[in-house]
Amino acid sequence: MNNAIVQNRIQYIAIIFSIVLLIFIFELIRRKKIREQYSLLWLFFSIIFVVLSIWREGLDAFAKLVGIDYAPSALFLLLVLAIFLILIQFSIIISRLSEENKKLSQESGLLKLEIDEIKKKFSSQSGSTNTK
Amino acid sequence: MLPKILIIIPAYNEEHIIADVILDLHKENPDWNLLVINDGSTDKTKEFAESTGLARVINLPFQVGIGSCVQTGFIYAKKNNFDYAIQFDGDGQHKVCEIENLLKPVECGEADVVLGSRFYIKNKKYKSTIPRSIGIKTFKIINSILIKQKITDNTSGFRAYNKKAVNFLSTNYPTDYPEPEAVILLGRNGFKIKEIYVDMNQRSGGKSSIRGFYSIYYMIKVFLSILLTFIRPRFHNKKQNEESV
Repeated sequence: MNNAIVQNRIQYIAIIFSIVLLIFIFELIRRKKIREQYSLLWLFFSIIFVVLSIWREGLDAFAKLVGIDYAPSALFLLLVLAIFLILIQFSIIISRLSEENKKLSQESGLLKLEIDEIKKKFSSQSGSTNTK
Repeated sequence: MLPKILIIIPAYNEEHIIADVILDLHKENPDWNLLVINDGSTDKTKEFAESTGLARVINLPFQVGIGSCVQTGFIYAKKNNFDYAIQFDGDGQHKVCEIENLLKPVECGEADVVLGSRFYIKNKKYKSTIPRSIGIKTFKIINSILIKQKITDNTSGFRAYNKKAVNFLSTNYPTDYPEPEAVILLGRNGFKIKEIYVDMNQRSGGKSSIRGFYSIYYMIKVFLSILLTFIRPRFHNKKQNEESV
């Protein structure tokens, strides 16, 4: 009996955790705190968590497939996988952002110089035609 | 017609010396176009450089690092169709009288890139710490193997480039700690590199940016970049050729 309660307890925790996660992610997208394009991995994995924590047979089958005796640990395996993928995606996005950031700052520096030179030329021209 | 020559001067917090560097360069040859690239300095580098009235000053909005800073100069050189570009540190380490020597091989078409080396001839003047000299020697060996050419001073930031090299580097230049990586990048992409001996001043202001714990990060980062640059040369080459067509 004890064993059954313990086993059920981890399942309840998993169900609550994954549903809260799904709602939380969904809420963040709804409020535009996360862009849709960056939320796909989050949504995908939270749905998988919800499904597998409710559908015990599915989790058992998956655990058997990858050779895990204690089925709920298969959830942790998936969790680690999800975190890895999402973090790698972050690294890609950060690298792209810093590249774009670099180009923007270079461009802004070059433009500032150009504007200053145009201003100078303009003010010297207008200075010669009308003596202010 | 005289060739258009741009001196690219990257500067980060060099208020005490930047004006002297500009004046020296102007005195040496008033025909040179001087371009200071102020890498988001927090001191008065901008004001001191602009006050001379002898150099154009590009002020980057925040510190982007020496690589992207110098690359801004290449972009400027490309846009304004300069024939040759010289990379010259804003900290007073490089000597203006060496610029002509550096320019000669690119001007006569002997090389696309000329590196000013402190170590090209045996020289006891530059004493450095043990880890640093190990680093410098390691670069020498690795780069020599990878591009089949002995380069004695891979970290020197005193270099001359012709138009072809400038155009290439304006779209492909490494970000932080770019010097050794740039040598590989240029070598692997078929640019003719020549090294000549130059005398340098001891640093008169500022300390090396590479110290202590950072040097470990520096070595690992540069090695990784060198390795990857070695793996992907053709990609850059292709891209560059497509762009220039």
